[in-house]
Formats: sequence, C-alpha cells, structure tokens
Amino acid sequence: MEPLSWGAIAARILLQFLPVWIALAATFGLSWVYRSKLGLYGKLFDNRIGLIGLFLTLFWVYTALAAGLFDWIATHDPLTAVSGMKNKVPGTPLRGAEDGDYPYYLLGGDGLARDVFSRMVAGSWIVVQIAPLATLFAFMAGITLGLPAGYFGGRLDSVLTFAANLILAFPVILLFYLLVTPEIVESGLPAYLSAGLFLLPLVFLGLLINARARTNPRRRWMLLAVVLLPLGWAYLSLISAEGSALDLLPATLDLFDVPGGILVVFVSVIFVNAPTVFRLTRGLTLDLKTRDYVAAAQTRGEGPWYIMLWEILPNARGPLIVDFCLRIGYTTILLGTLGFFGLGLPPDSPDWGTTINAGRKLLSIFPHPAIAPAVALLSLVLGLNLLADGLREESLKD
Amino acid sequence: MILFLLRRLGVMLLTALCLSLIVFALTNLPANLEKIAKFEGNARMSDAQVESWLEKNGYAQPMLVRYGEWLGAWPGWTRTDETGEYGRCVPVGGTIADSPARCGILQGEWGESRVFREDVGPFIATRLALTGKMMFWVMVLMVPMALVIGVLAGMREGSKLDRGLSTLSILTTATPEYVSGVILIAVFASSAFGLKWFKGTATSAMENATFENFFLPVLTIALFGMGYIARMTRASMAEVMTSQYIRTARLKGLPFREIVLKHALRNALIAPFTVIMLQFPWLLNGVVIVETLFNYKGLGWALVQAAGNNDVDLLLGISLVSVVVVLLTQLISDIGYVYLNPRIRIA
Amino acid sequence: MTQEPILAIDNLSISFDTRRAEIPAVMDFSVSVQPGEAMGLVGESGCGKSTVALGIMRDLGRNGRIAGGTIRFKGRDMAEMSEAELRRIRGNEIAMIYQEPMASLNPAMKVGRQLMEVPMIHEDVTAEEARARALQMLDDVKLPDPARILDSYPHQLSGGQQQRIVIAMALMSKPALLILDEPTTALDVTVEAAIVELIRDLGRKYGTAMLFISHNLGLVLETCDRICVMYSGEAVETGTVAEVFDTMRHPYTQALFRAIPLPGADKTARPLQAIPGNFPLPHQRPPGCNFGPRCSYFEAGRCDAQAIPMQDVRPGHATRCLRTQEIDWTAAPEAEAETEARTPGKVVLSVEKLKKYYEAGANALFGGATQVVKANEALTFDARESETLAIVGESGCGKSTLAKMLMGLETATDGRILLDGREIQDLPVAARDGGLLGDLQMVFQNPFDTLNPSIAVGRQITRALELFGYGASDAERRERMLTLLDLVKLPRDFAGRMPRQLSGGQKQRVGIARAFAGGARIVVADEPVSALDVSVQAAVTDLLMEIQKREKTTLIFISHDLSLVRYLADRVLVMYLGHVVELGTVEQVFAPPYHPYTEALLSAVPIADTSVEKERIVLEGELPSATNPPPGCPFQTRCRWKAQVAGDRCATDLPEMRRFGAHQIRCHLDPEMLEGMSPVLRQAAD
Repeated sequence: MEPLSWGAIAARILLQFLPVWIALAATFGLSWVYRSKLGLYGKLFDNRIGLIGLFLTLFWVYTALAAGLFDWIATHDPLTAVSGMKNKVPGTPLRGAEDGDYPYYLLGGDGLARDVFSRMVAGSWIVVQIAPLATLFAFMAGITLGLPAGYFGGRLDSVLTFAANLILAFPVILLFYLLVTPEIVESGLPAYLSAGLFLLPLVFLGLLINARARTNPRRRWMLLAVVLLPLGWAYLSLISAEGSALDLLPATLDLFDVPGGILVVFVSVIFVNAPTVFRLTRGLTLDLKTRDYVAAAQTRGEGPWYIMLWEILPNARGPLIVDFCLRIGYTTILLGTLGFFGLGLPPDSPDWGTTINAGRKLLSIFPHPAIAPAVALLSLVLGLNLLADGLREESLKD
Repeated sequence: MILFLLRRLGVMLLTALCLSLIVFALTNLPANLEKIAKFEGNARMSDAQVESWLEKNGYAQPMLVRYGEWLGAWPGWTRTDETGEYGRCVPVGGTIADSPARCGILQGEWGESRVFREDVGPFIATRLALTGKMMFWVMVLMVPMALVIGVLAGMREGSKLDRGLSTLSILTTATPEYVSGVILIAVFASSAFGLKWFKGTATSAMENATFENFFLPVLTIALFGMGYIARMTRASMAEVMTSQYIRTARLKGLPFREIVLKHALRNALIAPFTVIMLQFPWLLNGVVIVETLFNYKGLGWALVQAAGNNDVDLLLGISLVSVVVVLLTQLISDIGYVYLNPRIRIA
Repeated sequence: MTQEPILAIDNLSISFDTRRAEIPAVMDFSVSVQPGEAMGLVGESGCGKSTVALGIMRDLGRNGRIAGGTIRFKGRDMAEMSEAELRRIRGNEIAMIYQEPMASLNPAMKVGRQLMEVPMIHEDVTAEEARARALQMLDDVKLPDPARILDSYPHQLSGGQQQRIVIAMALMSKPALLILDEPTTALDVTVEAAIVELIRDLGRKYGTAMLFISHNLGLVLETCDRICVMYSGEAVETGTVAEVFDTMRHPYTQALFRAIPLPGADKTARPLQAIPGNFPLPHQRPPGCNFGPRCSYFEAGRCDAQAIPMQDVRPGHATRCLRTQEIDWTAAPEAEAETEARTPGKVVLSVEKLKKYYEAGANALFGGATQVVKANEALTFDARESETLAIVGESGCGKSTLAKMLMGLETATDGRILLDGREIQDLPVAARDGGLLGDLQMVFQNPFDTLNPSIAVGRQITRALELFGYGASDAERRERMLTLLDLVKLPRDFAGRMPRQLSGGQKQRVGIARAFAGGARIVVADEPVSALDVSVQAAVTDLLMEIQKREKTTLIFISHDLSLVRYLADRVLVMYLGHVVELGTVEQVFAPPYHPYTEALLSAVPIADTSVEKERIVLEGELPSATNPPPGCPFQTRCRWKAQVAGDRCATDLPEMRRFGAHQIRCHLDPEMLEGMSPVLRQAAD
C-alpha cells in the first residue's frame, strides 16, 4: 500500500472523530435553542471567543469520553508496538495488517513503534479523568479554608495565609519531586495527605447542609445522614487501600481502589493549586463581607458558616468559575509537567506529558511523535483559557 | 520603612526555616536514608549493616538534631573509635579537637553533593550564575514585550489591535514550556522542517552564549510568562482607561498620546508589577523544564539531578536558594508597589 | 435677549448602541445658556442629564453618538469641529466638574502637576508661570497653604479639598462655560454648602456661564438663574428659577415638588405625595407623553396619541404638556384623609453613657502603630414606643457605629443599652435569641447591597422568619412572607424574583419587609432612602411611617437629610464627632436655641422653596479625625461662637448638657445667649 497523502490523512482523522462531531453538533444545537434559559452559559453563545473556547474544550471532553468509555476513535491499542512501525512518518500503512486492523498509522509511529494518533486520543482520557476532579478538590480545599480566613481574619487568617505562602514559595517541580518519589510514597505521606485533603470536601458539604438546616433539627440530621454517610463510605474506600499506610476498611467493604500513582498525582496537583484558590477566595470574602446583606444576615442571627457558605460564596461564584476554567488548564499543564519529568505516571502511559518527553529525544529527526500530543495539549489549554475569557466578559456585562 | 523591612525579613527567615525543615524531613525519611547508606557503602548491604552504617555516620540521631546540625545551630556529631576520629565537621583523617564544633549553613558549610562530589556552596553558586544569566535575558525579552503588548491592547479596549494581541497572549499562556520548546526546536532547529536557524541545545551557551545557541531557550521561557503579564497589563490598562480621571484628562483637552503616557501608564503598571514579581516561582518552574530540554546545566538542571538521586545536601541547598529568590522578589514587589502607588505610605 | 448665547443646544438627540438595539438616551432636547448665566439641569437618575453634559463635550464613548440636532458653542456648530479643535475647546473654553472628586483626580500624580497641565497645553506657558497661576487659583478656591497642597497627592486631601482642586482645575484657563455634574452629591451638607458658595462667588468673579446638573432642587434654587427639568430623556419644563418654582406648568415638576419634604410639609396634615409607578426604562418608553402613565392629569387618546412638543407658556418659560391651560395649577393636592398623630408610649430603649472605641491598624500591609478610633463618647438617650427618633450628623460622626452597637454587630466599650430594662450592650448578635433578634431589626442604606443578589426575594424573608422562630411549617412561613409583601405594597409574585429584577425602591421595600418580619419593636433605619431618587424617597418614607404606625414600632432613623428628619421625626438627636450635641423634639431642635453645630447644619441644607430665607453660616476648616479629637468641646475648632465664651473654656472642658426642659444642648454658651439666637430659616414676608 502507498503511504497516505496529507489530505487523505486529514480526511481520515476527521472521519475518525465522527462521534465527537455528532455530540458537538447536538450540544451546540440544543444549547443554542435554549440559550435564553441557561444563564451565564447561555450568554456564552453571544461571545465568539468563549464559543471557540467551549468548542475546543468540549471537543477534547467528548473525545476522551468516546475513547475512554466506548473505545471509539482510537485506531490501535495505545500500548501495543507493531514491529517495523518505529518512527514511521504519518500516513504509513500498517506493516502486516490483518483483517479488522486499521490499515494505517495516521500520525505515524513513535520510538517504540506505537500509533501516535491512538496514544494522543488515549492521553485525553487521562487528562479528562484527573484534571477537572483534581481542580474541583483543590477548589473545595481552597474555599473551605479561604472563607474562614477572610471572614474571621485575625490569627486564623495569619496562620493560613502563612501556610499558603509557604507552599507557593516552593518551586513546583521540587514539590513534585518530593511528593512523588517512591521513597515518599512508601512512607505513606501522600496517603495521609490525601486523607486530609479528601476530608475537606466532606467537611465542606457537612457545613453547607448544617448551616442551612440549622433551624429544623429533624431535617438537618436526615440531610446530613443522607449525604454524608455514602460520601463517608466513598471517602474511606478512596483513601484506604490494601497494603498502603492507611488500611482502614476491610477489603469487602472497600468499594474501589485508586492506583497509588494516580492518587499521588492527584494529591500533588491539589496541593499545588489549593493555595492559589485559597488566596482568591480569601480576597473575595474580604470584599463581600462588608456588604449590607452580610450585616443583614448577622442581625437576623445567622451563624458564621451560613453567612460564608450561603451569603458570601454564591456571590463569589463569577470569579471562581472563571478561575476554575483557567485552573483546569493549569492542571493539565501540570500533569504534562509531571509526565515530562517521568513522575507519578507509569513510563508507558499515553498521557501527553510523558509522550512529549519520550518524543523529544529524537526531535530533530522525527518531530511527529512529540508534536501530536503537544498540539493536543495546547488546543485543550487554549480552549479552557478562551472559555474562561468568554465567561469573564459575559459575567461582567451585567 | 526600616521596621517594615525588618518584619518582612523576619517572615522571610521563618518561611525559609519552615521550608528547609520540610525538605529536610522529606529527604531524610528512613527509606531515603537506606538508599544513601547503600549508595555510599555497598549496594548489597544487609539491613543490619545499613543500620550500623547509619549509626556510624550520624544518621541515627533524631531528625531535628540532624536538622540542627545541617543548619549549624547544633554541634556536629562526633565518634571516636579504634580507626580514628570521625565527625560531621571532622575532615577525613583529622581530629575532633582541630575541627570546629558546628558546621552548617550558618557557618557557610553547605555540605557535599553526593552525585557531583563537590562542595554544594560553590556548586550552587556556579549554577545560580548560569541560571541568572538566562533569567536576565528572559527578563530583557519578556518584560518590555509583555508591557508593550498589554498597553497597546488595553489602550483601546475592543479594537482590532486589542483582539489580535489578546488572542496572541492567550495563545502563549496556553503553551507550557515543554510544548513551546518542543515546537520551537522542531520548527527552527530540526532537519524535519529544514530551517536550521538555531541550535536545539544550549550546552555551549554556558561558556559562550550567542544568539544562535541561547535564543530558543530564552524565548521558550519568555513566551509562557509574557502572555500572562501582557493580559494583566491589558486588564489593568483597560480599567484605568475607563476611570474618571482619564475622562478628566481627556476633557482637559490633552491629546490621546499624552493621556496614555502621562496619566494612564503609571497607574496601569501598578498591578502588572506585582504580577511580574510573583511570576518568579513559575519562571523557576519553566527554568527547570527548559534547562532539561536544552541541556543547559544551571540550577534547574541541578535540581532535577539532585531530586532524582536523593542528593540531600544539594537538594536542600537548591531549595533554600530558590525559596530565598522567591521571597526576595516578593519583597521587591512590595517595595516597588509602594513606590508606584503613592496611596500606600509606609508608617 | 439679543446677546448671542454661549451655548445653544437645538433638538439634540443622543443614542447609545447596545448589542440588542439602539437606545435613545436624550431626545429633542433644547436649551441655551447666556454669558454669565447659571442654568440648572434637574432630573432623577437616568433622565439623561449627564448624557447631555457629555454630549456637549463630545465624549460619549464608543457606543454613544449624537443622532440629531445641533450644539452650538459661541455660535459655532460643534459637530463640524475636528478632533484637534475640540481638544482646544475642552478644558480651555468649556470645563467640567464631576461628582466624585476622588475619582476624577489622578491618584498617582501630584495635584500641582495636574493643575499646571491645563495652561501648559492650552496656552503654552512655562512651568514656572503655570505654577504661579496654580498657586493663585488655589488661593481663589480658598485652600489653606497652597504651596503644600500643590505638592500633595489627591489621597492626602479631604473630599472637600479635592473638590476645590477639581474646581480650580476647571477654572485654570478661565473657561467661558463651566459644566458641573452633581458637584456636591458625594459631599457632606456643610461641605456642600461651602462648595456651593464658592462656585457662586467664582462664577460671579470670572463671569463664567454655568450648566449646573443636579437632582437637588434646593441646590438649583441657590445657584441658578434658569432651570430645565428633565424627565426620561426629554426636557419637560424650562424657565427662570422663580417662575418654575412658583408657577410650574408641567405635572412632573409639580409632582416632584410635592414629593420632597419642604418646610411646610407635615406628616399628619400634609404628607409627601409619591409619584406613582416607576421611571420608564429607555427602551420601554410609552407613546406620547413619557410622563403619561404616572400623571394624574393623564387623558387617554390625547396625551398618548403623538409626540408632545415643547410649547411656550410665556416667553422664556416653556413646557412639554398639552394640558397646561386646562389644569388648575393652584389647586391643593388631593388631601388624603388626615391621619392621626401618634402618641409615643413608654420607654422601650434607653442608652446610658454608651461608649465605643476601637483600634484601627494604621496600615494592613506595613503594620505600624495601631490607633484608637473614638467612635462614640458617652451617648445617653431614650426611645419610646411608636416614636421616631432621628439621629442626625455628617459622615464620621459615629451614627453608624451607634447603629451597629444597637444591633449587636459591635459590642460596647463602656456604658449600657437597655431594651425593656434588659442589658444588651455586651450581647453580640451571635449570642442573641430569636425573640431579641426579631425585636431589633435594621433597614440598610444601600438598596443595591441590602439584598443578597443570589437569593430570591421570598426566600430572604422566609429565612428571617425561620430564624426568628416564626411559624410551625414552611407553608405557614410562606403565607406570612406573602402578607409581608402585601404590607410593603409589592405584588406577591415578587417572591420568586431575583433582586436584580427589582428597582432600587422595590429592593428597599423588601429590606423593610425583612426588618419587620419578626414583628420588630425597634427598627434602626440607616439612611434608608438617601440612595433613592426623590420620587421614590417619598414613597418609601411614607411606607416606613405607615408600617411604624400600625405596628407601634420604635423607629430610629439615621439620616443626614435634615428636611426629611424634620418631616418625619418626633425627636432629633444631633451628633458631632461621637458626641450628642443636641437632643430635643423636632420643634425644639429646628428653632432657637441651637447648638452652634445644629445652626450651621440647618443653614447648610438647600431648601427648594423660594419663600424661605436662610441665614448663611459656612463652617470653616475640616472635620477633625476621630482618632485625634480636639480637647474640650468637639466642635470648638469650627465654632463661630467660640469667642463668646469666657476663659477659652471650649478648648479645655467638655461642656455639660444644658437643659431647656426636654431640650438639651451641649454648649458652654450662656443660656441667655443660646436663647437669643436668631432663627436660621424664615418664611419671607409675602
């Protein structure tokens, strides 16, 4: 077989993404129809920048879902090497293709003769699994600590701010090296850290419900039980793993295990992001707590946590949402950095950072194995940035 | 002002102490010590041998004591046996009596790098100088470009120029160094595209930096930071341009150029100034990536080597230096903020 | 009038382009200003008066444009001028003074350079020459120590001083026309009085024509020769001040005058009359007369048939009303049933020697010595059931701190607050039980801040009910919430709305409903209407008084607006720098004997009534800082009577309260001298 021309490669790639195009078309169509009822998200459809950002972001989210959940889009197994395909240029026909095999390496082969295109697609699934969740946890941690720091001020504020600055003064990579090295994982430190960090969202939800339903004790206990018991179980399953430092749950009750490496990556990403979120939340709280409606809540006898979580937090949502989008982007970059230094994730993992690192060794001769994941990462982060920009512009409009 | 500086210096010292303690604790976990013992002694040591090696070399003491020794606040360990006198501060073959009681950071003893077999102090000094050279050129390239782009974009918000420049800055912030570095090398330094304008490595730039071997790494770091600063400048400039005192200036009859230069610029630069300074921790991050990518043996490169090999003294030294650099820049940013913003006076 | 006007605006229309549509902000607007004349431009917020000013300066931003009509300055059409010509006129021949003095000065540039810039661009003079002129000008605007002020940054000056700088800057090049856009709105009354006097004197001295934009009719009466009333983008009435004030010929002007508390207004005999309905948004203007839907003389089929043109009533007095000739302008307003005067009951709240000091860090970033702010000093007063006690004073006098202590947002440093004999001064709000919380509630000042923007209106009220322990079920509380909405005259379907869908006045009503949710017995209202427009103020004030009457609530009404206080309060407490300086019934406080500060305060209030004559008392100097109050009498630094007290006791001893029955005055002056003061306000003999 002849190698494919660039046009043919492009056409085949576009075709390969068909499920994503359908999902995108459906999303945009529906959102356009109901845009007047969708609040800030709906207003995004008046904003060209934000729309481009949304498109890029959703493109990779759908790609990840299609590849991760249904095994669509990817043409080959991202981990299998095919002999003779090492460092082959894009569009090379598959050597010794059997029936049912996709006959080409659309974006060529990497240094270990794996399909670059499939690895790129598989890499998106890793990012989409980790980045939003890790960012979410970082936000919960940052908010849970930032609200009281800003609201109460005083010594609590000084201590927390000092701690946040302490983490921020660390060069990020040093922190990663310190947290992710096997010796430290062995010592159980990340497990303890994760036990602490993952507890904060539970605390957050507990406070949220408690503050709201304080006036009605029966409803309060019921709500707390309904929400916190399952979450507590999930929490225990998450942090306890057989053989690790924290083996709290008997194996029969342990719902799931997260691979140690992923957990460590998760924890370090939260650890790096939370102080920045803390600072943002603290600043917003300092501003919002001077509003009359906060004084009004105080004069009707609301507790401090109700005021923080139900009076202040909802009004800080604009900047927080914008920062959330930006921060998913940073997290994606951080994940790439981790992969680039070979930290945390297994060396043959198809995540973008690792792939870029692997590809850079022969960069001057075979650039394609590194460029494909680089472009993928770039487009996702760009999308998130544009989305954040669009959201910021629209939220400032009224 | 003096009081303020002293207070800030106090906080800085406290931060540096806390951080070095954390790093010390993390690099001196039992598993790490075992690795050190096997590295120094013999890779096939038994557990008992490891223990006795640690005992002999002062590693069996409580962690805080060893931290004190490293700091130089606590007397170094000593041991006398039939083979001679040993101690933290005792040179091989020397005697306890001839050696100083304390040898740590406070005495100017940074320890010895296990990987490079060199004294950490001078080693870090050379690496820091190399990284400093790179950072200097990064700043020279990045700051003026970022400010010009930001000011031009924010000057007339919503114009075509603004749209174009803003998109450019978003694009550069969305491109981490390992992506832009890879793309830049692929395009300008590889045979694949045929444009061999620059060199793909900066090793030779350590001795003799030229445009050819130094531009790409510098550009790679500068690009990532530039977008961020430019966006901050733009936002700040756009806000200033809608403020009332700019309207006052306009209605005084000032031409646009003078409004921008005389009235808007100084106010608009207050916010980005702090941002530039706070960029430092992130720039250090970029330095590590770029030094690795371009094989430039500066501080970032040394950090990767030290962290990868659990080179305790070197790692501690580097983290101390980087923390001090970060805190110093924060201090400078605070002082500069006061200088730029007359509304804040120092008590 | 054969003289050519300095400024002639003919049929001006200004529109703003928004994403959805083009919104006309000013329509068919004509006005002219003669040399040396002061023209007042009056209207409520959103009526387009500031847009006119910016239109004259041709500074409408990117979205705004002049859609029709002409603006002639000294006979030249400004639309034909080039950008360079406009620049030559701006700041040189037409200068502008703005509402927020702090915001209109460059914070990073010394005052001197900002002043010197003006002659340096327009007349090309040297820096020394410009500096000399700046010094001269600062002298003219009566700033002390001009040389030092030239070398200060704006933030180092007080609000009044900043506004004087802005005025100086505007007058630097001796402009032919001065546009003043609400120049005193951000300032305290006594400062306002001084600034107004300054503007008037300088206008006379330099012969500058002025376009004075304000929402305050009283100010216009004091400063202007002619007036133009605007409503919803149109001029509705123009004429000389005397004619428009005494023989107005437009229903809106009339309604406006009936909505503001003039000295003759009386809460029982002649209550304020609110203008019904809401100000129309620019894209929701009705056909025909814009004021039609709110006008009591509205005639369907005629007033809403076509656009209404301006027509002359008399030469020089024009109105935009078709029915000018038919309306009986002299008829008294439809008298509402005279309401019964309330009789105050027993004492419910008493405050004894209440004191509040708090520490303020000098600078959050750099630390430094903390300073003690002496916010309140030994306050003593009572409040009775169904009584309105007004607390009056300028910003920084400690009235808000007092409110916070009553609410438990701050605890007292010393002294006692007794509610029904129970001590609550040390009980922070978190430690108060539902009953006490419900008893003592507050209405806040800023309507845009008083409601949480993220929570629906109804929910904000039911939450208060929950906390006060009202009702057994959600349904019961919801029912109560709906009746509360009825009480404040809001439609019930507002319960589901978000605060941003409400106007300022409506938000303030929700705030009132929330305060009365727990059957409050004492309501502290902190400037509840000062941020609202005149016509809305009347409605909210009346509502507050009506509910108070029904619920027999004690209303503690904090305000700086003496006209309003005179209208609604039973008793008045005047504060200065943390001290009670005068306490008595409204009649007592508003008539001699006065405390010297009260006297100055009364004189400073602009009154929109041509028949009232006022003695002018302008306070010199600045309000002393609460961290470093003067020894002796707090008012001694600015008191014009100080010389009348023997032995300089004002500078050393804090005066005791002098009692004239229930009327108390904290002053060293002899009782005879106090009694002998002449009234500040007099009805002119007709």
